Amino acid sequence: MRRFNRRTQVVFLAALLAVMLLGVYLVGALIPESAYASNYLTAKQPPSWAHPFGTDSLGRDLLMRTLKGLSISMTVGLAASAISAVIAVLVGIAAATGAKWVDAVINWIIDLVMGVPHTILVILISFALGRGLRGLLIGIAATHWCSLARLIRGEVLQLRNETYIAVSRRLGKGSGWILAHHLLPHLVPQFFVGLILTFPHAILHEASISFLGFGLPPEQPAIGIILSESMKYLSTGMWWSAVFPGLLLVLNVLLVDKLGDQLRRILDPSSAQE
Amino acid sequence: MALEAKNISFRYSRKEPWVLQACDLSLARGERLALFAPSGYGKTTLARLLAGYLTPTEGQVLLDGAPLPKTGVCPVQLIFQHPEKAINPRWRLKRVLEEGGILREDILDAFGIERPWLDRFPRELSGGELQRFCVARALMSGADYLICDEISTMLDVITQAQIWNVILDEAARRNMGLIAVTHNRHLARRVAGRIYDLSRRQWDAADSNGA
Repeated sequence: MRRFNRRTQVVFLAALLAVMLLGVYLVGALIPESAYASNYLTAKQPPSWAHPFGTDSLGRDLLMRTLKGLSISMTVGLAASAISAVIAVLVGIAAATGAKWVDAVINWIIDLVMGVPHTILVILISFALGRGLRGLLIGIAATHWCSLARLIRGEVLQLRNETYIAVSRRLGKGSGWILAHHLLPHLVPQFFVGLILTFPHAILHEASISFLGFGLPPEQPAIGIILSESMKYLSTGMWWSAVFPGLLLVLNVLLVDKLGDQLRRILDPSSAQE
Repeated sequence: MALEAKNISFRYSRKEPWVLQACDLSLARGERLALFAPSGYGKTTLARLLAGYLTPTEGQVLLDGAPLPKTGVCPVQLIFQHPEKAINPRWRLKRVLEEGGILREDILDAFGIERPWLDRFPRELSGGELQRFCVARALMSGADYLICDEISTMLDVITQAQIWNVILDEAARRNMGLIAVTHNRHLARRVAGRIYDLSRRQWDAADSNGA
């Protein structure tokens, strides 16, 4: 059988991972509320064929709850990391191409945001915006753009001095054209890698903030909520209520991380022809 | 109708020494001149100043009595010594010619650009092959003056002759002004009517077969 080259393999792998992630999301989105409704007759059951992940203290099926929770986490993660990646690109380009004072102000803000621990900042922002999904989303998006913005600023500063950009200007191309055709394509890998590497961060932050009780409301089956509830019953021997949701969260985060790595390889120009 | 350098001097900052001092040069359309000097006399700096890539610390570069336009196609086009730096490494070479609006069959044939090269990336071509693209791009419409900064130093003689023949033909047909920057006195005599020696600040007489 003919061996596929690396590019094809990478595309295949990335597609597979994307399909799996989409699967988790769709399954989570399509699960009706009745599937994880409380049922006191089946409370605190260990894993069985009827309930592969067991049930929690209120008799809710943990598999369904975990899937639902993961899909919520992924929605928050994806939205927050997409927003923060877009912020990072805009801020990075503005800092690198704008006036000196713009750069100074942006760097000052980046230092400020990076100086305060993320968890505290997310809690504060989320709390100020009335908690819930919206507060959490904005909180995470507003704190995760800094390192990517710095990276993009550096990249643009370097690109600006490239000879071919100066040549392009002499060939009559305006700043907008140069931005769209020379600068932005160079930032695509940074953008996607940044976005995807922020994704697991955002999911973990969502889980941890919810775990601490400052994020999503308790009735929503977010992973953080499930883990925080399981803590209360861990000492009674309900190991399954923490192990399976936690494992699935870690698995999900690793999958996304792997996807980011593979995408970076495809988008890297030196491997484009492999 | 001329490109003039009026008493230009250049240094990178106040603390740095002068790279070029009190230089005067003038080139009319249709005229061909060679800038000649050993390494380190500021040939490339002068070329960049004339094409507007650098701004003189003192003095002015004037085109028909006015400063070089800041927007639009610059009538003075510079071709660099190192083509690989003057081309976006992420672009297929077709786009390089499209950027100059000069993706034309006659230009491709004249420079000996093979069609498969158009779909390749810059790192898949040799320096000589890339330089043909840079020269072709600089010949875009609107270019009235061409400054060639040691463009053929790393090319074999046959390719040098081929590229220079196209440039000289184009320059003659479009009545372009041409400055060839080189350390090669023979090349300077062959392509230019006048030779300016930047190290001694004087004009050399060109051979009669040069023009």
